[in-house]
Amino acid sequence: MDQSAVVMKSVNKWYGQFHVLRDINLDVKKGERIVICGPSGSGKSTMIRCINRLEEHQQGDIVVDGIPLTTNLKNIDDVRREVGMVFQHFNLFPHLTVLENCTLAPMWVRKEPKAQAEETAMKFLTRVKIPEQALKYPGQLSGGQQQRVAIARALCMNPKIMLFDEPTSALDPEMIKEVLDVMVDLAQGGMTMLCVTHEMAFARQVANRVIFMDQGQIVEQNEPNEFFLNPKSPRTKLFLEQILH
Amino acid sequence: MTLSYVRTIDAPKLPAPTSTSGLLAKLRDRFAPTPLSGLGTIIIALFLGWAFWSIFQWAIINAVWTAADREPCNAAGAGACWPFVQAKALQWVYGFYPIAERWRPNTIFLLGGLSMAGLLIPKIPYKGWNALFFFIAFPIIAYVLLTGGRFGLEAVGTEQWGGLLVTLIVAITGIVASLPLGILLALGRRSEMPVVRTLCTGFIEIVRGVPLITVLFMASVMFPLFMPPGINPDKLLKALVGVGLFSAAYMAEVVRGGLQAIPKGQYEASMAVGLSYWRMMLLVVMPQALKVVIPGIVNSFISLFKDTSLVSIIGIFDLFNIVQSGFNDAKWASAQTGNTGYFALALIYWAFCFSMSRYSQFIERKLNTGYTR
Repeated sequence: MDQSAVVMKSVNKWYGQFHVLRDINLDVKKGERIVICGPSGSGKSTMIRCINRLEEHQQGDIVVDGIPLTTNLKNIDDVRREVGMVFQHFNLFPHLTVLENCTLAPMWVRKEPKAQAEETAMKFLTRVKIPEQALKYPGQLSGGQQQRVAIARALCMNPKIMLFDEPTSALDPEMIKEVLDVMVDLAQGGMTMLCVTHEMAFARQVANRVIFMDQGQIVEQNEPNEFFLNPKSPRTKLFLEQILH
Repeated sequence: MTLSYVRTIDAPKLPAPTSTSGLLAKLRDRFAPTPLSGLGTIIIALFLGWAFWSIFQWAIINAVWTAADREPCNAAGAGACWPFVQAKALQWVYGFYPIAERWRPNTIFLLGGLSMAGLLIPKIPYKGWNALFFFIAFPIIAYVLLTGGRFGLEAVGTEQWGGLLVTLIVAITGIVASLPLGILLALGRRSEMPVVRTLCTGFIEIVRGVPLITVLFMASVMFPLFMPPGINPDKLLKALVGVGLFSAAYMAEVVRGGLQAIPKGQYEASMAVGLSYWRMMLLVVMPQALKVVIPGIVNSFISLFKDTSLVSIIGIFDLFNIVQSGFNDAKWASAQTGNTGYFALALIYWAFCFSMSRYSQFIERKLNTGYTR
């Protein structure tokens, strides 16, 4: 059986003349937890957004859970069912309640009956510790609560892989921990995770591998202790000095 | 210890500030915060007083309330000629619809009114069934019942329809057709498929660039020239199609404005959870986009409602046309007949448009989920 959750082979992407992703090679094993860091504009968000096709790559191959990402719409749909995503700005649906946010996709994409979808939603809302907010609208919640709802919404589709695109960057400092706690809990449950984040403590605690990107390339990857204590490339050293002080 | 820069004697007391509480202060604050704006208030108040008094005098005090014909209305100094309105009221509602058959429009008014109330009042249940009735069954019932010629009903040609009946038919058909068509056109204009985009953009720009009168003239005068002889669709039908397509083009641009207000993140989140294009539009984007542009949508509806009076140009006796044609009635033609007719007409149009406006404000408040962008 194939043990890879995501395989990227020589992936290249351009925005016009700008080369955002240069020859990306990445193999994510099932159950692996990867933290991606790097300066802004280094292509880390673009890379994980290619995995669920929010961005299209122009060269190379991406295979997600055995499904190759091509222009085939069916494959794209299949991949999106397997991959959950959490965004920097939450992107909750403001016209729906928290519960409806969580049941929308299961009901319309997976065709689950309403009662079952609501049961699943309440299970995950309990897991992210906000079952009591289920009937409120996103606009009535704090940033940290909204981000936890966003995680629950993604989990309701029972994804095999979770992508996190700077999930704590838009949060006030006192709310970061509640979101990270949920992510740690998820990691301990064995979820395959790719997180773009600058929360280095989180990386040390849960990551199997830390990837450093710069100018569209994967510059260095290693297990966290080695990565932080003994970075190989000078660019990684410089970056770590800047963010760790 | 004394500090050289600390005052030892009290500063002279300043006069107390003008009061900012109490009725007088409030009145001054609102109506005369400065002498100049006080003067403005007085001038505006005098003008409004004069205007209202003049209208009041004309419409109530000097008005003629009972008369068998035009004589009392023709007297010098007579105000509004209300008996004219009373005499013509039924004609204003039904046009030339045969008197014996008026129960048919009445039934339609009742059915339409009830099911519209059911749709518009949030507390009333069975919205789905009601919508099914109003949008599918009701138009068929209305068509069969009003035209007749079936089930032993006397046939009544559309040239006999008129008044408020026709105005409401044109307005409601236009409103009901323009929103879905406008949504499709707006989506088409933002489509990534070049053919769809070009067609939709072309339609919107051509129709928006032409006055409604021209569209109606083309539909009623030029369109038959291109058709094989003997095929000449009903005049009212052509007007309905013209008005519907015309307002759809405007609606499309209103809806497009709403679509542009939806952040990219909403699309991304919808795609990330696996929603298809149409589900994303139906479940996530449109509910938000339409909410943003409720004022614009209702603006279009109101302007459409009033624009229905233009169908009088192609010889359809809508409310406006039938009121105007009554002015020439030898029994009622007087100096005040026209004024009274237009005044009543204005009140009727205003009542409909103001209701729409108030209803939209109610819905906006109701849909507010405490989310601000």
